[in-house]
Order: sequence, then structure tokens, then C-alpha cells
Amino acid sequence: MDADISLTVDGQSHDLRVDTRTTLLDALREHLHITSPKKGCDHGQCGSCTVLLSGRRVVSCLVLAVAAEGAEVTTAAGLGRDGRPHRVQQALVEHDGLQCGYCTPGQVCSAVGVLDEAAAGWPSAVTPPGAGGDGGPALTAAEIRERMSGNLCRCGAYAGIVAAVEEAARPAGEAPAAPAPRGGGR
Amino acid sequence: MTATAYGRPGTATGTGPPRSDGPAKAAGTAPYAYEYRVADPAYVAPVQATVARGRVLEVDAAEAEAVEGVIAVLTHAGAPGLDTGAELSGLQRVAELAVLQSGEVSYRGQVVAAVVAETFEAAWHAAALVTVRYEQWPHDAGFSDQRADAVAPEEDHRQGEVESAAPAEVVVEQTYATAMQHNNPMEPHTTVARFEGGELFLYESTQGSYEVRRTVAALLGMEPERVHVVAPYVGGGFGSKGPLHAPTVLAVLAAVALPGRWVKLALTRRQMFALVGYRSPTIQRVRLSAGADGRLSGVDVVATVQSSHVADFVEEAAGPAKSMYAAPNRRMGHRVVRLDAAVPTWMRAPGECPGMFGPEVAMDELAWACGLDPIEVRLRNEPERDPHTGKPFSSRNLAACLREGARRFGWADRAPEPGGRVENGWRVGMGVAASAYPVVPPPGDSWARIRYEGEGVYAVSLAAADIGTGAWTALAQVAADALGVPLERVRVRLGDSSLPEASLAGGSTGLMSWGSTIHAAAEEFRRGHGERPEPGAEATGHLPANPAQDDYAMYAYGAQFAEVRVHAATGEVRVPRLLGVFAAGRIVNARTARSQFTGGMTMGLSMALHEESVVDARFGHVVNGDFAEYHIAANADVEDVQAHWIDEEDPLVNPLGAKGIGEIGIVGTAAAVANAAYHATGVRVRSLPVRLDDFIGA
Repeated sequence: MDADISLTVDGQSHDLRVDTRTTLLDALREHLHITSPKKGCDHGQCGSCTVLLSGRRVVSCLVLAVAAEGAEVTTAAGLGRDGRPHRVQQALVEHDGLQCGYCTPGQVCSAVGVLDEAAAGWPSAVTPPGAGGDGGPALTAAEIRERMSGNLCRCGAYAGIVAAVEEAARPAGEAPAAPAPRGGGR
Repeated sequence: MTATAYGRPGTATGTGPPRSDGPAKAAGTAPYAYEYRVADPAYVAPVQATVARGRVLEVDAAEAEAVEGVIAVLTHAGAPGLDTGAELSGLQRVAELAVLQSGEVSYRGQVVAAVVAETFEAAWHAAALVTVRYEQWPHDAGFSDQRADAVAPEEDHRQGEVESAAPAEVVVEQTYATAMQHNNPMEPHTTVARFEGGELFLYESTQGSYEVRRTVAALLGMEPERVHVVAPYVGGGFGSKGPLHAPTVLAVLAAVALPGRWVKLALTRRQMFALVGYRSPTIQRVRLSAGADGRLSGVDVVATVQSSHVADFVEEAAGPAKSMYAAPNRRMGHRVVRLDAAVPTWMRAPGECPGMFGPEVAMDELAWACGLDPIEVRLRNEPERDPHTGKPFSSRNLAACLREGARRFGWADRAPEPGGRVENGWRVGMGVAASAYPVVPPPGDSWARIRYEGEGVYAVSLAAADIGTGAWTALAQVAADALGVPLERVRVRLGDSSLPEASLAGGSTGLMSWGSTIHAAAEEFRRGHGERPEPGAEATGHLPANPAQDDYAMYAYGAQFAEVRVHAATGEVRVPRLLGVFAAGRIVNARTARSQFTGGMTMGLSMALHEESVVDARFGHVVNGDFAEYHIAANADVEDVQAHWIDEEDPLVNPLGAKGIGEIGIVGTAAAVANAAYHATGVRVRSLPVRLDDFIGA
């Protein structure tokens, strides 16, 4: 059975006809040829397909396209402004928080979600409700690790991902409290 | 760093520019195999055997064919034929690739049919409706080291008399085990194919486009030049995208069956636990004999590994002990158990990774038995020459790695006895293990073409694959230095069989072989065109032979340190710190090299604490075949991971002086974690993964 839906993806609106079994991920990749969100497991277990759905991060393989009717979808390809990448993307490249790159667009969308969730005061297993203070929980490395754990990276780039999200979470111009050592040559 | 052609201060190499493919990957616009826009594709959905051994009696596809949008159901009765007698490269197993060529089932999950349909949804729905009847035969899928039918694939390596040597003052004799693992690159194995006019076009997730070209051409009886393979971006491989596996062949069969039509196949995560290989489990019997001073008199390692009745693949887990430590009496051998199971494959540091677990835990046991620092016991057994071949080492800086790591890690601050430190209910320990990985000959030949595009810009082309290693960036650095031009003047093209042949990305040889080839091409270019070339000037270089290859033993080394916390009440295991120091020749790009090392260490941590493919021998399949049940390290599992390296000059390994770095990071990590867990708790865990129940009540 098919259904007609409309989606706004990265600011562009699309009308499309989909099989009602089609996931949002497959609607994006197969129908709209927007392949920034990746298919890593199709089971909601890896996070590679993470997009922002009306501003909140979701694994798009677990959303049926018909359930996203009328929604605003933002992928990693749509996060930049004026030809410049989002600061999360810049920081990921700078800290080499990616290798093969397949999980990366999902990591990016998830990190943007984390920044918003923390600013809105959402708790996590690391910082219990109310313990985060007025401005929400501080995005310490432990907070970032916890909140980013829905996005698997088989290359093992987590150290760089955490450093990148720490940098992106820092108000512009503020120096890191204690730079996280990652090693290097002598 | 010494001033040389690679690593001069102020030149591109060694300064660590960010990876050039980073921005496109962070935006998600770098295209992987499935993402090329092809006109009107059809979708392939495999049907897998539900018996581990037998014969297909009937494929009832009537219900599947009635599904709207189904184009064809491929079975062994109607699938296009393959040349199953084809001569393939030594990396390939033709029996594994003989997809739908007979009705015989050799392992559970084998492809027995496939649906091709107009849509993804129709293909997968119809695949579920195909009914296959089998004549089921008894099968044997139980791996163990207690089997009389285990065979030695070659004669054991022997020196001295390991069995009848004089009684030693200290003996460590234990059995160690590592689990079956699945590579699980994040990008599923993918093939997008079209066969038209005698030409086959493939977008493929592969570590080697020429290997795919040659293998597929041989199976189809085609000229290799008529097979075109495009793979510029690959979402990880870790070995499983090196040799070909059945799904690639299945997609090709579908393309041949539907000439002119693009067909697409991306495996599901579950299918990747059945169809693209795995790391064999290993059971390692290790016997170390030593004096009270910790000096080894005997090293005996016999590793039992799993292979397949389909074809042999031997995980050479007894291999690394051959060259690691000095001892007059030595034996290293393998025992292979052939099962009704899929063929194992390469997984990051095959042989070395599991094979350094047993011996490096045993060395820790020896140290405690002798009352010695585990670092000191390793230093006392440093060989003068390679114990295996008697050749000198081109360079061996394990001792420097151990000392530098100890200093950086704060090794001297550890508790003197196991179980001696408890903090807030956590028992805290430190462990160390050595890493080693050989400089192996590249798995194939390489050429590179350099062309002057005008306006100062050079194009460098070869069919190498960047599977996340950083080759896009590091090869540009090598070319820039070899040509004497700034990095931004170099354009690199990779991952396409229309480019000059390059060896497969495997054995940590990529940068060494492709970089040396580019170096040779730059020399050719300068010889032919001088410093002021005309636009359009071209030269091709060939991988230079290494005159020192046969005269020296060549290895990269490392020392890995782990801090482990084991919760006194729950047994939960955490690894707050991992630190590795490596000696791997010249490091071309500090930024991407660090990620190779820490990425390997992170995968090693994952092996130590999480990864285990559980086979139900009654049915012959992996029962935990997805990320909910086969755990790989998530972000919260990984805390402080640091990689450092020492300056190492080794002009003998290749013109770059670089050793491979893609695999050594995973070698030794699990042993360091297990050794640290012992130091934390006094409980010796000899079987991976280390679990919390190993510590309950202990």
C-alpha cells in the first residue's frame, strides 16, 4: 500500500509516494537520494542513521516515513550555514573524530542533539535530575560519552569524538579547562 | 626528528594536516557504494539456509513470485553459471564464492536463493515467502581443542627440545582462549552492479578494487578489463572487505541475470554474521619454562583454531610467538578443526591479535611467579636476532616502548601486590603487554601515475582504497614531499579500477606500498620532465622491490598499558586508562596515525570486554547476530585512550621508512586489560572476553 507524504529535508520540501512499510531512512536514501544518513543496522542499534526530526535526534530507521508526514528533517548535510560546516563538524575534522566516516553524519546529528538537550537541562545517567545546576548539566567528557553512546563507531574514534563535542559545547572564545591528552609523538 | 625526505620540518609530511576527506564525511556527502544514484535499480534480497548441512530438494517460490514488484527468484537451478575451477589469487576461496552453483548446503546461513524486485520492501517481503525444502544431513559445528580430528596444517616450528628440556625452575602452563569475533564494519557489505554489453560495472565496498575485478572476471570467464570497480569511500572493513565473499557474487549473478539493469545489495547486520567471514575462536596452550630470574628456556605455543569444510582459512595464532622472545627450546604449531561452518576471514591483525593474548598473559604470570616486574621479565628475554629466522632485526624498539610507556603511564606507582588498591568500592590494577606486527610484503602489486595539470597542480592516481586509514591525506603528503610541492597542489584519486593497479588494503601495508610507489612515480616524473614540466606531462612508477626484505626481520612494536577497575561487589569491569607507545618507523601524519593507533586499541578494548559471537552448535549459527547482543565498545566504554610513538629511523623497510600502523594498535590490548584485571583483583582470567562473573565471589 502506498501513501503520499510531504517532508521538509534540510530546508527543502518534497512530496513523495511511499510504500507504507518504508522507513524514514529509506525514504530519504532511496526516494529522495539524500544519503547523508547511513544505514548501519536498520534496527536502531547503531545510530548511523541519526537525523534531527523537528529538532530532536531520532534513529530514522525506526521511524516510518508515513509517520513523519509534514515533519522537518535535518541531516548532517543540512547543518551548515552559508557554505560553512556546523561547529560540531569542524571540531570533528579538527580532532580527527572520524576514520571511515560511515557513522559520522549520525554522530554529528547526535552531537547537535546533545548540545540542545543539555542546554534544555535534560538529565542523564551521569548527572541525575536537578544536579546539573541552572544552565543544565555541564557537558563534561563523562556526560558526552554517556549521551553519545547510542552512536557506535567501529573505527574506535570515540576519543576524538568526545574531544570534538567538548570543543563544540564550549562557549566561543573560552579555553578548555584542562586539555584532554590524546598522545602524540615526543 | 632527523631531516630526511619525509618529515623535514616545514614540509607536509609529519605535520598532520586534517584528513582531506573529513569535511565531506562529516556532512555525509562522500558517497559509499550504495549511494551512487543509478537509474531504476532492482533490489536483491538473499534467502539463507536454515540447515547447517544438506541438500536443497525444492525451492517453492510461487508465493514470492506473486508479490507485486518481484522480477525474479534466483535459485541454484536457474542462476547463471560460474567458473568454479577458476584460478583465483591466494586470498580468495573459490568454494566460498560458488554461489547458487549447486544445491548443496555447507553451512547455516548460506545463500540458497535470492529475490530480485522493483523495490527494497518487495524484495525483502518476498524473500521471507520463499520456502526451501532440504534433505538435512548431520552436521558438526562444535569447536573444541579436545577433538581427535584436529589437523596440523603444516609442520610445527621447532627449535631445541621443548618437551624434553631439563626441568625448569619456573613453569607457566596454561590454556588461554579468545572468542569468535565478527568484523562488523559500520558500512554493511554492499554491491551495486550492472552487466551490459559484455561489461560489468560495480560500486563495491571493498579494500581492493583490482582484487574484485580479477576475481569476478575469473568467475565469470571475462577479461578483467571488462570489469569496472568503483570504491573511493569505504565504511570500514577491518579485513572482511579484503577477500571477496558470497554476497558480492550473488549481486553479480543478479546483474548477469538481468542484463542492463542496475541491481543493489546491501547486507543486513544479521546477514553479516553469516556471510562475510569472522575471526576464528582460538584455544592456546602455552607453556613457558624459565629460570628463577625469569629468563626463558622454553616457549611452547599450540593454538587450536576453527576452519571450514568449505575451504581452509587458518588463523595463525601461534605465529607471533615465533619472533617475540628468545629461548633455546621452542615449538609453535596450529591444530585446525574443520567444521560445517562458514569460512573464517581476516580480521584486524589476523594471527597477531588473538595470538598475542595467550603468550602475553603467560609472560605476566611468569613475572608474578618470579617476583619480577612484568616489564623487566620482557626486557630480560629480548632477543639479539629474530628467534624464528636468525636474521637481524631491521629495528626493534620494544624495550624503548616499554620504558617510555612505563614513564608516561606512571607504572612505578602501582600497588606492589595484586588486590592492593581499593578506591570507593573499586579494585584498581595496572597491566602491561607487548604488541608486535610484521612488515609484510603487500598483497599485490602497485603502480601510480603522476600527471602535471598545469598551474602548479599535480594529479596522483592509483586504485588504492582508503577504508578509514587516512590514505587520502597521507598519500597526498607523500606525493607533495616527493615532488617538492606544497600539499595543496596535489590532487589524489583513489579507489577506481580505471586508475593504475594498487595492492589491496591489508596487512597494514597501504601507506608503505602505495607511498613507496608514489615516491617511485615522482622520481620517474622528475627524471622524464624535470622541474618545469609541460601541462599534461605524465609518468608512472612501480612499487620498488625491497632489497633488504629477505635479509632482515622487520616488525613494528608497541607496549600497551591498561588501568582496570573491577567493582568489588558487582564485578563490573571498567578501563579508565589505556596508553600505548609504538615504534613503527616514520609517522607520516601524526593526526591520522594517532587515530589508527587509538582506534586499534579501542577495538582491542572491545575484544577484551565485549565481543563474542556465540555459536549454537545444535544449529550451527551465531545466535547473537546484531549490535544489541554482539556488543562492541560504545562511547561510554572508552575513557582515556592515548597513543604515543618513539622516533624510529628504519631505512631498511622501504624508502619512506614507515612501518604499518593499521593493525598493531589492537595487538596486545586485551592481554594488557586481563593483566591489569589480575593486578586489581588477584583473579587470573584466561578466556576472552573478560566478564564480570569472572570476579564474583573471587
